[in-house]
Amino acid sequence: MAIDIPRIPLGDAIEGSLDFLTSHYSNVTRGISSVTQTGISALNDALMWLPEWALMAIIAVICWRVASLRLGIGAVLGLSLIWNLGLWNPMIETLTLVVIATVVAVVIAMPFGVFAAISDRFYSVIMPVLDFMQTMPAFVYLIPAIPFFGIGSVSAIFATVIFSMPPAIRFTTLGIRQVPNDLIEAADAFGATRTQKLIKIQFPLSLPTIMAGINQTIMLALSMVVIAAMIGADGLGSEVWRAIQRLRPGDGFEAGIAVVILAMLLDRITQALRKPKKKAS
Amino acid sequence: MTETDETNIKIQVRGLSKVFGSQPKKALELRNQGKKRPEILEKTGQTLGLSNIDFDVREGELLVIMGLSGSGKSTLIRCLNRLIEPTEGDIVIDGQNIPKLSEKELLECRRRHFSMVFQNFALFPHKTVQENAEYGLEVRGVEKNSRVESARNSLKQVGLDGWEDAYPSQLSGGMQQRVGLARALANDSTVMLMDEAFSALDPLIRKDMQQELIELQHRMKKTTIFITHDLDEAISIGDRIILLKDGEIVQSGTPEEILTRPADDYVARFVEGVDMSRIFTANSAMRPVRATARDSDGPRTVLRKMSDNGLDSIYVIGRDRTLMGIVNVDEVDAAAKAGKETISELIQNDFPKAGPDEPMNNLFAMFNDKSYPIAIVDDNQRLLGVVVKGAVLEKLAEAGEH
Repeated sequence: MAIDIPRIPLGDAIEGSLDFLTSHYSNVTRGISSVTQTGISALNDALMWLPEWALMAIIAVICWRVASLRLGIGAVLGLSLIWNLGLWNPMIETLTLVVIATVVAVVIAMPFGVFAAISDRFYSVIMPVLDFMQTMPAFVYLIPAIPFFGIGSVSAIFATVIFSMPPAIRFTTLGIRQVPNDLIEAADAFGATRTQKLIKIQFPLSLPTIMAGINQTIMLALSMVVIAAMIGADGLGSEVWRAIQRLRPGDGFEAGIAVVILAMLLDRITQALRKPKKKAS
Repeated sequence: MTETDETNIKIQVRGLSKVFGSQPKKALELRNQGKKRPEILEKTGQTLGLSNIDFDVREGELLVIMGLSGSGKSTLIRCLNRLIEPTEGDIVIDGQNIPKLSEKELLECRRRHFSMVFQNFALFPHKTVQENAEYGLEVRGVEKNSRVESARNSLKQVGLDGWEDAYPSQLSGGMQQRVGLARALANDSTVMLMDEAFSALDPLIRKDMQQELIELQHRMKKTTIFITHDLDEAISIGDRIILLKDGEIVQSGTPEEILTRPADDYVARFVEGVDMSRIFTANSAMRPVRATARDSDGPRTVLRKMSDNGLDSIYVIGRDRTLMGIVNVDEVDAAAKAGKETISELIQNDFPKAGPDEPMNNLFAMFNDKSYPIAIVDDNQRLLGVVVKGAVLEKLAEAGEH
């Protein structure tokens, strides 16, 4: 005999609250949407306005200065390949989305990370939330993004920010908590206030760890931005998406390789920023 | 302690206790019933870190708090500036009772009164030597120019000029601790707390640093509380020593008092193995001079003084008791026979001379074949007394018995 346990209407509840949010806060979402859209367009236009070779040169010089000459040469070769394959514009669109999503994610993540480092109670609340954010399949975020912000790049940014923010929060918390206790004690002994400790001691000392978190955020943002092609985000993702729909593996791989090149450049640059600058000894 | 000392007390600690754990009241109740630390831990799970500590820190002194690990010495020093919150008791500095201060007053109190030197240096790795030395002043909001100036000065004091732009990781351990010291000095606080400051250094550098600390302390007269587990260190730098065991004071006094009159077996065991001849100073074996000659005295007067006191030689002093030299009975006798008016031509300078703080083992080597007693003089060359060979031997023998 089967006991008839009623199904918990979890999905209905979530849908109900999302409906509530979209209908009652449409002004807010529309505002966010237009601001974000403006930001995306401005950055995109700026990067497009530069001739390919100029942007390539700028990126190569950045690679050379922060990392090595080798990475600079690698950047030139990789970007030339993307250009040659005719994927320059989609690459710029993807880069724009990654940059904006990362900036938004980091700006939101920093205060959360700092607060979680200071308060044990907040830490124990936010950690499961972060686990949830990271393990929830990325596609799921795309669905509510559409009623909020409509099809397109803004929804992509929204989903990407949620998906890529956790490591920035986690690493900020970790970095600040990792600052040796005796240094905190020294700061206390000299009468430093909490803010003085944070700004002058904890933050600079946790910078390498925070940068590692930002690096992770960028990588996650890139992967999510590609997936977001499913809800109409422009860029390399949409090239892949189109290749899937038309069953053209060649095109798909070309776009995929462009993603890999972009990922490697972003990763190497942020990795190099992580290492403290060599001081003359 | 005499009445006059009372006015010079910098910090007064009364009934200070610290319980680690969530039910401090319970632990203190048991303590009041006369229970000791292990019993309290067993019954309540609370650790009695410090129990009823009373002591004074005098203005300008170097007070050493000594004990083995677990004796509560680190807890004690941290209670003073409330890096650890005391459970009960008073710590009064310049009329302020530290445990009663509000958060804000405490910050102010730490900035004004305390600077601290740590065992593991605790230098900020992302700041240069200069910036590290400026830290205390930076926290206080001192304006850039003047804090650069004070930091420079204190770096110079500890012999680190020229290293301002280096990072701590580029320095040796000894140099890093000098930065720690400079950071504390630059702050110009009224009290310096040193938590096992030299324990992480290797022995040779450690000796140097001790010596430098003593000199600095004498020069600047900075009230200093120094924590150590090393009796040799305590003895060689401390004006006074407080001995802690299991969170209680076992004995306090000058190094010499602790060495010669250990309060109990615990202290006595500590004291064993300390080289006594290094501890005793000329002061403790010194005797008043029975007779001295004046440089204006005639030979006959001097001969008379010598024979009255059974001396073969006599120290000659000037008007203000400054030591001028020594004369021998044979030569004075000859001068008297020759009908000389004064002894001033006979004064010799090859006599042993030492300050009152000279360690005993150095004195022993100073006796020469003429067996003149060692003249003990103060900084102005005034004769304070003499030390004879017998007194040194006697003192050393006495020390050996302890």
